[in-house]
Amino acid sequence: MTDTTIIVPPGLPQVIVEREFAAPARLVLRAHLEPGLLAQWLGPREMTMTVERYETRHGGTWRYIHRGPDGEEHAFHGVFHGQPSASGIVQTFEYEGTPGHVKLDTTTLRERDGVTLLRTVSSFQSVDDRDAMVASGMERGLRDSGERLEALLATLTPGEQA
Amino acid sequence: MDDPLSLVFAALADPTRRAILLRLAAGEATVAELAEPFAISQPAVSKHLKVLENAGLVSRSRRATARLSHLEAGPLREATAWLAGYRDFWDQSYERLDELLASLQAETRREPSDD
Repeated sequence: MTDTTIIVPPGLPQVIVEREFAAPARLVLRAHLEPGLLAQWLGPREMTMTVERYETRHGGTWRYIHRGPDGEEHAFHGVFHGQPSASGIVQTFEYEGTPGHVKLDTTTLRERDGVTLLRTVSSFQSVDDRDAMVASGMERGLRDSGERLEALLATLTPGEQA
Repeated sequence: MDDPLSLVFAALADPTRRAILLRLAAGEATVAELAEPFAISQPAVSKHLKVLENAGLVSRSRRATARLSHLEAGPLREATAWLAGYRDFWDQSYERLDELLASLQAETRREPSDD
């Protein structure tokens, strides 16, 4: 079906991820706010996710752990700012493996004709931070090193409009 | 914005430059050959090539009187890999979310009183 769009505004410490879901916004919101549901989808399949704390209210904190098949653990924590709702889930995010590097995620859900557009704007502390965090936290996905030029060019949306 | 990744993404943000790279992926070319499919002048193509060269995506050499441009795959592959990892993480997560949403919707349908 639909694909994930990733917008990397050149020179700005941001990454924007967009994706459509064939479900009403209230359901997509539930999947983000109920820890039991969140643990069923966030992260790659081979990871087990344990939600240790998830206080979905203004000032509420959260912490979860991703466990890989090799038993390696990666813990993350953050704080919700404002009451999370479809008009905005605002939270900070910090990987405990690189303390002090915090990003701010703003997720919005917009429903039209039963389809929900989910959009997350991640703001990093610097462009270097963005590049390092994306590279380190996500490098497990690098399966083939072959030419993915076409794929890359197809997914890149010019950043100016963002 | 002089970090290598930003230079690459800035260079890629322009549709004409992306088209030039795709053309160069098929083999080296002169400025005249690159200008041909576009409704733009050779100096305009040269300007785009300078941006691509500055980002390390294109190198240029001289053969007789013609200047040839080549695609430099290294920085592009690095940017691709950087993005691919991020993309895979969210693609996989969102595929799982699709499945979860489908089963949640099936549940709601089975219990119409809940709606």
